[in-house]
Amino acid sequence: MSSSSHDTSRTTTPTPMALLVVAWALVVLPLLYGLVQTVRTASALFTG
Amino acid sequence: MAVPSFLARERIVAKPGFNRWLIPPAALAVHLCIGQVYATSVYKAALVADFESSLTAIGAIFSIAIVMLGLSAAVFGTWVDRNGPRAAMFTAACFWSVGFLVAALGISTNQLWLVYLGYGVLGGIGLGIGYISPVSTLIKWFPDRPGLATGMAIMGFGGGALIASPLSRQLLGTYDSGYDGTAATTASGSAVALLFVTLGLVYLVFMMFGAAIIRVPADDWAPAGFDLSAVKKKSLVTSNSVSAANSIKTPQFWLLWIVLFCNVTAGIGILEQASPMIQDFFRDGETSLVTVAAAGGFVGLLSLFNMAGRFVWSSTSDLIGRKAIYMVYLGVGLLLYVALATVGSSAVWLFVLLAAVIISFYGGGFSTAPAYLRDLFGTFQVGAIHGRLLTAWSAAGVAGPLIVNGVLDTQGTPGELVAGDYRIALFIMVGLLAIGFVANLLIKPVATKWHEPNTETALTPERSAAR
Repeated sequence: MSSSSHDTSRTTTPTPMALLVVAWALVVLPLLYGLVQTVRTASALFTG
Repeated sequence: MAVPSFLARERIVAKPGFNRWLIPPAALAVHLCIGQVYATSVYKAALVADFESSLTAIGAIFSIAIVMLGLSAAVFGTWVDRNGPRAAMFTAACFWSVGFLVAALGISTNQLWLVYLGYGVLGGIGLGIGYISPVSTLIKWFPDRPGLATGMAIMGFGGGALIASPLSRQLLGTYDSGYDGTAATTASGSAVALLFVTLGLVYLVFMMFGAAIIRVPADDWAPAGFDLSAVKKKSLVTSNSVSAANSIKTPQFWLLWIVLFCNVTAGIGILEQASPMIQDFFRDGETSLVTVAAAGGFVGLLSLFNMAGRFVWSSTSDLIGRKAIYMVYLGVGLLLYVALATVGSSAVWLFVLLAAVIISFYGGGFSTAPAYLRDLFGTFQVGAIHGRLLTAWSAAGVAGPLIVNGVLDTQGTPGELVAGDYRIALFIMVGLLAIGFVANLLIKPVATKWHEPNTETALTPERSAAR
């Protein structure tokens, strides 16, 4: 979903897609690491 | 208090064309770091051994941090709203990181008071400022989906512990070859000190990244296709503004304070005791049907539901409304607590299911609160108002464990308790949830006398900076 301004008289400077990807990767990858580790721990509830 | 120009709000006003989806990762960069506070159990035993101290004395480090979180969020909330999210994130990063470094010094020199000062006081201030720093900015960037936006950030706070716990175990294993990450071994104090230095530096870089990419929307900005009149039609949603100073004079603020206090106290009742509780519920004589490893798995499962609830329920509140979702948290939560107290010990799967849904409501209560505040008081000083509301969390952090531990102390000794011994504590939580449910029902729109003059503009954020 993109965002927009009501003021169209100013020059628009689109956010670089690479910056978006890097920013999201920096937070999602550690979160995935934590999720995987926690799921492995939680699985002991059903196997331990 | 003025801030250096590179941190000033005026320097981070987004230019036309800026993509608002860069804001959630900026917020997450802060919340994923400060969420470490829920991972303190990893090195608790190591600190007890290193300081030759008690669990209570070491547990006080965490308690001080949570109390400071509430106090600093309340005290610095207005400063955060006035100076903007970059200044707040920068300050939070400094306090949080320096807190780790001072605590590391305390561990290395065997001075517990330095750990209290570092992690507890300085780190706690970083926690409070960091927790509220991106919230009002997210609400302003996502006026169409405030629950989703704050849910994403506050989910990060839950996710922070999910990352920090296994990461800390791995780092402790690296710094102390005798530690294998299980309860059978304890890491050395020097390994914990090194862990604190590592975490302090990593979190500093990560949070500074968030501070660097955060932006505030321009005065006239609104998302494409956003219809302000559609939002105003929803009950309880105001387009007016109430200042932080005036908000605490309204019954709505205190009713919501009671709602949050009751919801958090009830949730902590389970979280605090999760591991021994599931073993006690299925105790047969001296042994339990649930092993220590399985109880650890139960704690992990609750962490997952705590985090998921923050995102799922807060996002759902955008569809059904804030008051309705809190009726679910408190009303359905109440019924689930009754079920837990009465039939929870009949099957492990039932116990796990009930506890997991209750904890998801606990998480949802945290992440939906900022959006509820936005609905009631507008965006003008929502960060500062949120900061004041978080004192309910501090109070609940003291009350929850006090209630549960106080009741269990009268019922028997740890390791010999059974399901029936938890009944009184659980029914106290049911009573608290009933109080919270009534408080939520009583919440009505804020009286017009508290509105700021000439503010049909709660969705134009920059005016607030000039006040």
